[in-house]
Amino acid sequence: MKQLELDARRLLCPLPVIKTQNKVAELSSGDILKVTCTDPGALSDIPAWARIHGHKIVESIEEDDEIIITVCVGA
Amino acid sequence: MSSAHKAVALISGGLDSMLAVRVLQEQGIEVEGINFFTGFCVEGHTHAIRNQHKDKQKRNNALWVAEQLGIKLHIIDVIEEYKDVLLNPKHGYGANMNPCLDCKIFMVKKAVEWVKENHMQGFDFIITGEVIGQRPKSQLKRTMPIVAAESGAEDLLLRPLCAKNLQPTKPEREGWVDRNKLYDFHGRNRKPQIALAKQFGFDDFATPAGGCCFLTDESYSSKLVDLWTARNSREYELDDIMLLKVGRHIRPKADFKMIIARDAGESKFLEGYRKQFTSLYSTSHNGPMAIIDGDIEQQDFPLAASIVARFGQGRHADEVEVEITVPDNPPRHIQACPMKVEQVPQEWYV
Repeated sequence: MKQLELDARRLLCPLPVIKTQNKVAELSSGDILKVTCTDPGALSDIPAWARIHGHKIVESIEEDDEIIITVCVGA
Repeated sequence: MSSAHKAVALISGGLDSMLAVRVLQEQGIEVEGINFFTGFCVEGHTHAIRNQHKDKQKRNNALWVAEQLGIKLHIIDVIEEYKDVLLNPKHGYGANMNPCLDCKIFMVKKAVEWVKENHMQGFDFIITGEVIGQRPKSQLKRTMPIVAAESGAEDLLLRPLCAKNLQPTKPEREGWVDRNKLYDFHGRNRKPQIALAKQFGFDDFATPAGGCCFLTDESYSSKLVDLWTARNSREYELDDIMLLKVGRHIRPKADFKMIIARDAGESKFLEGYRKQFTSLYSTSHNGPMAIIDGDIEQQDFPLAASIVARFGQGRHADEVEVEITVPDNPPRHIQACPMKVEQVPQEWYV
């Protein structure tokens, strides 16, 4: 199982989703991707994208001005 | 009718593409969505940046629509490729700087390419939510065949909402789709779409007044043209077109423009550009962050400082201290006399 991090800070919607989508495409089921964003839109968009593609959001944290969303890649 | 056929739908996030997908789903067609990000899309950007939009839900409408429809959505970054569409539209511009028809051709063409790249998933045809006569240039009866031909989609491009007004496409002729269950919508009247939305139980959908593209916006387009004129070049990067969506744009001299935040949200957003652009803000009074796009001479710092001071709480003060930072240099502080409202000529506003 891989654990990767993705820096999507300063990117505005939908770029954090596109970056997440493209990175997840390189991963396998069960891999973990931790995405750091600054656009609050990511809080709804990345989970929405994950739901429709069968991935799971393990954790969403808002820390100072950053949002850290952890995605577990689905089958 | 076989349910083995699959379609890919261009999803904008608006009602029409949402309806087009549901019409086919009702016929048992499996659909996935595709959405293109050109950099000019009216999505969450300004909502995410500005304080005054804080009450608006920050959602990507295309993703939201996909979730309501229960379909996968693939969002594709076409920022680089889109430059040629904007700069060299074969069919010219529609409203303002919107390369309307070329844009539609480009997007359908990209969908054709995407279908080829994903041929293992077995997509058979492409659908859009286009309605004849709804848009003044790209959605006319005479231009719809142009989109089909120049995109390479040919008769694999189906418009479920107005299909009955057009020649039958291959999915209809082959019986993949029942033409009788498609629609004959036309014109700018939205009542048929609203009625169909009600029939499908859709009660929440985006209805952007100017479509989903900043290029249809007059103010945005004039800022874009100003940028090109000032640089004597029509080249642009993503940051350039994002910054056109933010702040007041004031050009006191031909060589530089000031982008001045309109609220705390925009100030915070512009702070992220301080490593790339000369920036200035008042340190003696509350006020906006401003950045300089272009080449500013040191002799013009007092002018820029007096302009940024005019938009802060020190606007009525005799003097305001302004910090100016040129990237990779220590900040400097100067005392500036805030410019009076009437001293900022209207023609400076871009």
